[in-house]
Amino acid sequence: MTALAAIIRRDIRIALRAGGGAMIGVLFFLSVVVVMPFALGPDLALLKRIGPAILWLGALLASLLTLDRLFTADQDDGSLDLIVMSRTPLELACAAKALAHWLAAGVPLIVATPIVGILLNLDADATFAVALTLLVGTPALTFTGMIGAALAVTLRRGGLLLAVVVLPLSIPVLIFGVAASNAAVLKPDAFGTPFSILCALSLVSFVIGPFAAAASLRQGLD
Amino acid sequence: MRLSGRGLKCVRGGRDIFAGLDVEVAAGHALAVTGINGAGKSSLLRMIAGLLPLAGGTLRLEGGEDDLTLPEQAHYLGHRDAMKPALTVRENLEFWRNFLGGPLKSPHPEEARSAVSKDRGPFPENLTLRDAVSDETAPQDEVFKRSIADDVAASLDRVGLGHAAQLPAAFLSAGQRRRLSIARLLTVRRPVWLLDEPTSALDTSGQELIAGLMADHLRGGGIILAATHGPLGISANELRIGGAA
Repeated sequence: MTALAAIIRRDIRIALRAGGGAMIGVLFFLSVVVVMPFALGPDLALLKRIGPAILWLGALLASLLTLDRLFTADQDDGSLDLIVMSRTPLELACAAKALAHWLAAGVPLIVATPIVGILLNLDADATFAVALTLLVGTPALTFTGMIGAALAVTLRRGGLLLAVVVLPLSIPVLIFGVAASNAAVLKPDAFGTPFSILCALSLVSFVIGPFAAAASLRQGLD
Repeated sequence: MRLSGRGLKCVRGGRDIFAGLDVEVAAGHALAVTGINGAGKSSLLRMIAGLLPLAGGTLRLEGGEDDLTLPEQAHYLGHRDAMKPALTVRENLEFWRNFLGGPLKSPHPEEARSAVSKDRGPFPENLTLRDAVSDETAPQDEVFKRSIADDVAASLDRVGLGHAAQLPAAFLSAGQRRRLSIARLLTVRRPVWLLDEPTSALDTSGQELIAGLMADHLRGGGIILAATHGPLGISANELRIGGAA
């Protein structure tokens, strides 16, 4: 446990320091969401209808942007070699890294949601619902994105590859995240069903993500 | 303890680097791996560290701990220093101490406590007011935590980076970064040291330092494999890969 706590502490510390990824992700999220009303025009009903989708797209793109360096940073400076050699199972180390990434880059997005919700004409209930779906959905984005990040280690300059590999895996999360959010905004639809599926997707990604990422890292040793 | 490899074969990018290589190092001995550039010195070390697949042959550590693999009992000092520029020198080293070392084993907590209170002299900034007032009532894990900090501080002093502990690692020179990686070998005890050109980037005193540390490690029954072009500064057998230069 000490080893995993050490990884989480270190990664969060690096992300929060100058030049770390945490602020970049949330700034990107804010800029995507903030420019959207300007592009769409002052149609409040339209903004309200597509608001949750915009928030979810922003979160997805922000997580892609920051996931890029999840493992390549450690590979570049040789830390990855030592992590692979260590007594800590690589799967657990991967899970710890993903958790740290979510805490540093995912949680700020959720915290920023109420602020940008105002820009999209979302009322308090709807904003809360979107924040809730992001809270249970963004871990799934991180844990599936981790697989792409691990594959990017194998191939030099795999940044673009990350987007290509991860986007298809993220689509179910996006569909059910937006479906659950919309259900909360447009009251008649059921919120529970898509929300439960979103939770299930997160749980599945917790199981599959670390194993797939660890397998990919071992395969890519060089 | 004995590290032995039989008929080792290394293939990289579809090309045979070496084949049928035998490696044999006993406890308390060092092996200098030499050869021309590209002969496979680094590849051999990475194979032993479990970072490259064996294309053939067997590798084992006799007399090590049974439930641990060879890489888990080895330190690997590569060309890359595994230090994060955004973290301070001490944070970097503390991370590796916590990550590689696991929980600090102390069969005699009382001893650990008295040892801690004895030699905490050089790093008073580690102490909080509470520590100074009531040391005896400090909870057990606090004592351990503090002794990790002392451990790290002692290792930094040993490699001559004690004065730079609070500096972000980004500001270190190449030689200082090397010294910091060497400090990692001291904070966590591992019987096998795999060193890839340990003296590179080091000044004369740094080379003497690592020679002294290697000699200490061998005296303690450790095993050293070092890929090198120059003299190591300790007595070592030589394994030449790829024939004469």
